[in-house]
Amino acid sequence: MSTDDGLRSESVSEETPLPVESERIEAQMHRLISADTDVLGVETASADIPVAARSSARTVMMRFFRHKAAMGGLIVLAFIVILVFSSVGIGPIPGWWHQDYRVPQPLYNGGHPTLQLWPFSLGKHPFGQDDIGRDYFALVMTGAQQSIIIAFLVGFVGSAIGTIIGAVAGYFRGWTESVLMRLTDVVITIPLVAIAAVVAKIAQDWGGVWALGLFIGLVTWTGLARIVRGEFLSLREKEFVDAARSIGVPSGRIIFRHILPNTVGVIIVSATLAMSAAILLESALSFLGFGVQPPNTSLGQLIESYRAAMGPRPWLFWWPGLFIVAIALAINFIGDGLRDAFDPRQNRQKA
Amino acid sequence: MNSATTGPVEGWQDKYVEPILEVEGLGVDFQVEGQWVMASEGVDLRIRPGEVLALVGESGSGKSVSSMAILGLLPKNARVKGSARLLGKELIGASAPQLRAARGNDIGLIFQEPMTALNPVLTVGFQVSEIILSHQNVTPHEARERTIELFRLVDLPTPEAKFDAYPHQLSGGQRQRVMIAMAIACDPVLLIADEPTTALDVTVQAEILDLLRDLHTRLDSAILLITHDMGVVADLADDVVVMRNGHVVESGPIRQLFAAPKADYTRDLLASVPHLGAEIASGKLSIKEPAVEVETEAVPALELEDVAIEYPGRGRTPAFRAVEGVSLSIAPGEVVGLVGESGSGKTTVGRAVVSLLPVVEGHVRVGGTDIAGLSRKELLPLRRRSAIVFQDPGSSLNPRMTIGESIGEPLFLHEKLRKSALDRKVEELLDQVKLPHAYRNRYPHELSGGQRQRVGIARALSLKPQLLVADEPTSALDVSVQAHVLELFQELQREQGFACLFISHDLAVVEILSSRIAVMRNGRLVEIGSREDVLLNPQDPYTKRLIAAAPVPDPDEQGSRREERSRLLAAGAGPEA
Repeated sequence: MSTDDGLRSESVSEETPLPVESERIEAQMHRLISADTDVLGVETASADIPVAARSSARTVMMRFFRHKAAMGGLIVLAFIVILVFSSVGIGPIPGWWHQDYRVPQPLYNGGHPTLQLWPFSLGKHPFGQDDIGRDYFALVMTGAQQSIIIAFLVGFVGSAIGTIIGAVAGYFRGWTESVLMRLTDVVITIPLVAIAAVVAKIAQDWGGVWALGLFIGLVTWTGLARIVRGEFLSLREKEFVDAARSIGVPSGRIIFRHILPNTVGVIIVSATLAMSAAILLESALSFLGFGVQPPNTSLGQLIESYRAAMGPRPWLFWWPGLFIVAIALAINFIGDGLRDAFDPRQNRQKA
Repeated sequence: MNSATTGPVEGWQDKYVEPILEVEGLGVDFQVEGQWVMASEGVDLRIRPGEVLALVGESGSGKSVSSMAILGLLPKNARVKGSARLLGKELIGASAPQLRAARGNDIGLIFQEPMTALNPVLTVGFQVSEIILSHQNVTPHEARERTIELFRLVDLPTPEAKFDAYPHQLSGGQRQRVMIAMAIACDPVLLIADEPTTALDVTVQAEILDLLRDLHTRLDSAILLITHDMGVVADLADDVVVMRNGHVVESGPIRQLFAAPKADYTRDLLASVPHLGAEIASGKLSIKEPAVEVETEAVPALELEDVAIEYPGRGRTPAFRAVEGVSLSIAPGEVVGLVGESGSGKTTVGRAVVSLLPVVEGHVRVGGTDIAGLSRKELLPLRRRSAIVFQDPGSSLNPRMTIGESIGEPLFLHEKLRKSALDRKVEELLDQVKLPHAYRNRYPHELSGGQRQRVGIARALSLKPQLLVADEPTSALDVSVQAHVLELFQELQREQGFACLFISHDLAVVEILSSRIAVMRNGRLVEIGSREDVLLNPQDPYTKRLIAAAPVPDPDEQGSRREERSRLLAAGAGPEA
């Protein structure tokens, strides 16, 4: 083997004498660098046209508006919200639908829905009447209003508390983390239904559905707090956090500007799920008699009360069901769109 | 293309006519979103018994993909063309049981990362004997005996005790030895080593390369070595195949290829590999000479005095002292290289200098002000004086922030620049690092590794710091990209004249940049001196060993260095554990 090597190197050096090593390297280094700058030069030339700086917030917005499913969800949700709040009014403000959902009326057309799509006309009772002759459109509108309020209240309150507690615990660690996570453990152990029974009574006097939504939000943030803390624990070790600390970025800015955008996917998925779950939780509580109390109403309560009407009067079941599904789907699509918009790596647009 | 097979080597060609592995026209495509993307094409290789063939290329050149195709280890969305014959048996399109028999039995694999390639919940002895049990008809007791024998073969200390050790109880080099023992467990005719030493320190790398060379002469098995490191190639290979963008650019016997590369790409690649000793030989210092004559009394840009740094313990685990008694001074405009292997504490020192880590003892003075024990608020104005460039540009830029926002953040915070003023400054900085302005709206993942590191440098220099800490800024980059980034760095240093603590494990890179070199080991500074003194006339035995272990991209020089190194070890400098 060694003789072979000797042969080989000899033959080579005869054919092509080696230039001085350092000279060779230097010359080639220069060639390489000029090649590199040439390439870059071309790019810089094309970039001479000034390109306005775009903040990432603007990019996120643009990406969201390009997301078709999310825009569809946003339009549907906007339509439902406008319909629900303008028809029966909210609080003291009257809406354009003048039937009261509490007043029984004589049956018209056997209680069947009078809604006609083509030619469009609402008729006397567009969604029909229930078993005691109440206008079902007014009932569904009022119920959907309550459910939407609860869903959004729970979504915002739960996500905000969960995110902040999880973020602070995960970023600062130490005793802050111990205290906050033990608090989380305590809240997890609270039996929701038992305490709901107590709170519902107080809620009745305090603002009804608002108090109920706030209450559900105050006890359902725990899951998100744990997830966000986990994300923060891994993200705080990343070098871009060190980079931010090395230039003196204050902790608050690191948490909210640097780390939080990287956890947005988890938070939004969790928030949209929490909103859908809140609608269902509210109906479960109402069924047990702890949630929205009659004569007040909600979509969950409507479905629970007319379970048995599925055969003779199916519309009593279908209308609130349709609204629950439409609201939950719209929220989920919007959440999908937000998650994709916040992730710069996600380039594929969903149809 | 086929010059690998027509090397001027005679003698054993009469004995072994049949090559062990013969690859012809191998091509791999991947299906990505309905389209076929070429990963490699027309690859021809031929390895004869007892031969080491190196497959060289930068990331994305298709070198790993080609070797995985030979073993049938590609994901389902891959399509393989061509043929690969192992001892005359076709491997491409072979059935799964045939391939499984070939893997492990005829072909042994050595992976890059020994920690992830070994199962952490099983003992290393079990993992090796499992291979023997599944391929050979032996009793468990015999398999154990054979495993211990293999451990002895790969020079593991106390092989009997190591049988029951878990992977985390071994050092990086020992884990790689276990991996090699696994690969040779069934006397394979071919060893495929995929970047076998990339994750290891230089001194450990030298030992593993020695072991591979020793094993391949003792067992007479052929080795397919996949690597990007020209030094490793020069150390081990007989023949070289250079790949780029999925194509073979050049192939030939090692001396021919290193001495007279035919393809332009090979020439560029060889030129961009930093060559230990070349810079001193050429007698130039490419960074700005520190203005020592004028300001001998000037305040040093950085002064470390008996610094100790600890990682706090938790509960009963005591605090870990990572750095102790380090004293170092950097004059304004001077570049000092800090060299050491992993765990030597060099990165810890760099982080303490930019106050990412607290100092428990001693003083750290940046521009004359002691930063040890200052509160966040007191530190804030001092943060402008120093900046850091991190090792991995992929993780040191926030993936959710645009390049422009990342670069502009220090200006936003410290100079309170807003809107158009900030935009103009960011454009200026992008110009300095030679990136187009349009890049500021891009996100880090849309940039290549070298471009990202340029962004990292721009961010660090945005406040015109007096002191820059560069923590292995090029070790995550390909060699040709590394050459460009180093050139940019030198240029900026000449223009702006900042002082720099350049941390690296690569002596050749430090040699290009620094006027003085400090060597660290186990948290202590073992040697510091001018570049020439440290590299040409090292005093500390560890420095000597480190310099001897660094491979150079020249087969002849590397051969003589190897002998020198074994002489040094024999003289009692003692091997690395």
